[in-house]
Amino acid sequence: MPVNPSPLTAMNVSLISCHSCHQLSKVAPSDKNRAVFCSRCGARLHSRKPNSIGRTWALVIAAFIFYIPANVLPITKVVSFGKAQSDTIMSGVIYFVKSGSWPIALVIFVASVFVPLLKLFLLSFLLISVQRKSQWRPKDRTRFYRITEAVGRWSMTDIYVVTILVALVKLGSLATIEAGPGAIFFAGVVIITIFAAMSFDPRLIWDAQESNNER
Amino acid sequence: MGRYTKFIIACHECDLLHQSQSLPVGGTARCVRCGAALYRHRPNSLDRVLALTVAGLILFIIANIYPFLTFRIEAQIQETNLMTGIIELYHQGMWIVAGVVLITTILMPLLQLTGMLFILVPLKFQRRPWKLALLFRTVRSFRPWGMTEVFMIGILVAGVKLVKMASIIPGTALYAFMILIFVLAASAVALDPHIVWKELD
Repeated sequence: MPVNPSPLTAMNVSLISCHSCHQLSKVAPSDKNRAVFCSRCGARLHSRKPNSIGRTWALVIAAFIFYIPANVLPITKVVSFGKAQSDTIMSGVIYFVKSGSWPIALVIFVASVFVPLLKLFLLSFLLISVQRKSQWRPKDRTRFYRITEAVGRWSMTDIYVVTILVALVKLGSLATIEAGPGAIFFAGVVIITIFAAMSFDPRLIWDAQESNNER
Repeated sequence: MGRYTKFIIACHECDLLHQSQSLPVGGTARCVRCGAALYRHRPNSLDRVLALTVAGLILFIIANIYPFLTFRIEAQIQETNLMTGIIELYHQGMWIVAGVVLITTILMPLLQLTGMLFILVPLKFQRRPWKLALLFRTVRSFRPWGMTEVFMIGILVAGVKLVKMASIIPGTALYAFMILIFVLAASAVALDPHIVWKELD
């Protein structure tokens, strides 16, 4: 793909694209440090998402920290005939593998273990590459960003499984299922990574492209 | 300057400027640099979304009133609806998790459907909807938080987990909820947001 040394971006011609309704607005240089709002839909205008790298890093690190208790602490506690058994996410996966329902084991493993990690590593990679003004395959990196945006929601599966188990299995002394503390941290990981993907601005990938070409 | 910028659109993923062009039916305009979808041509967009929104609200009500899943183990029967798990989590002190589930499976779909109804019904009768800009902006920002389709996978996994110890009987609400997922997806595909924004010009 031929690279245009100074591509015609909205920023290069002092326009701001509204992140909500996509209307382009002209911004005077005197408005640089003032809050400007879209004349059509009223959303706050930003040429780039504010403090994108700092915010995204903070959220990614927070999610990495939450990921540990989410996996170590039990997500469910089954009380059956007075005996209690706690399950973590991984022990649930192992249970399904042992009982032969490996497609379900795969679904839980991918949604609860693999996807959050993939998302966190991809976002870290994107952040580092933007900070180093990397020239490496901007189009593919934009695609990585789209992946992080699309897959995050599927991690919520395990939280929903717990919700349904808790609702159904309330059989008094026979068997009850309670949510464990791992569920709180796990829900935290999912929510925080969704906010992290939202706060990252893919246009930074392309801005770095330009600044290097000018040198 | 507004006269010129009306026909120009910046890619929301790489900021490159493009000239808007009319598209064939069902066509998508993509950014030449990064490949992001810029805008799509959606035939009868607003009528379709209105029809799907009304259908969605009816399904939503059914999904919340009727029994969702019934769990039977010998003589014991445990009937649940959509809210049961959320209430149970709350009673167990897991109010954060209960809140997350409530927002992503019930509140967000409801707010999106009613928000679109408040926008589309007046537009259908050529009236300016009340606080259109704020309302549509809010409804659009809710999109990532409605997770009904993920909830369906959760039901499937929980079903497989419990099927060995008891029988699980799907209720009316479950069927309504499954159709609701498709209706929500179809209305997301059918909507051309630029038509609504142009109402504000």
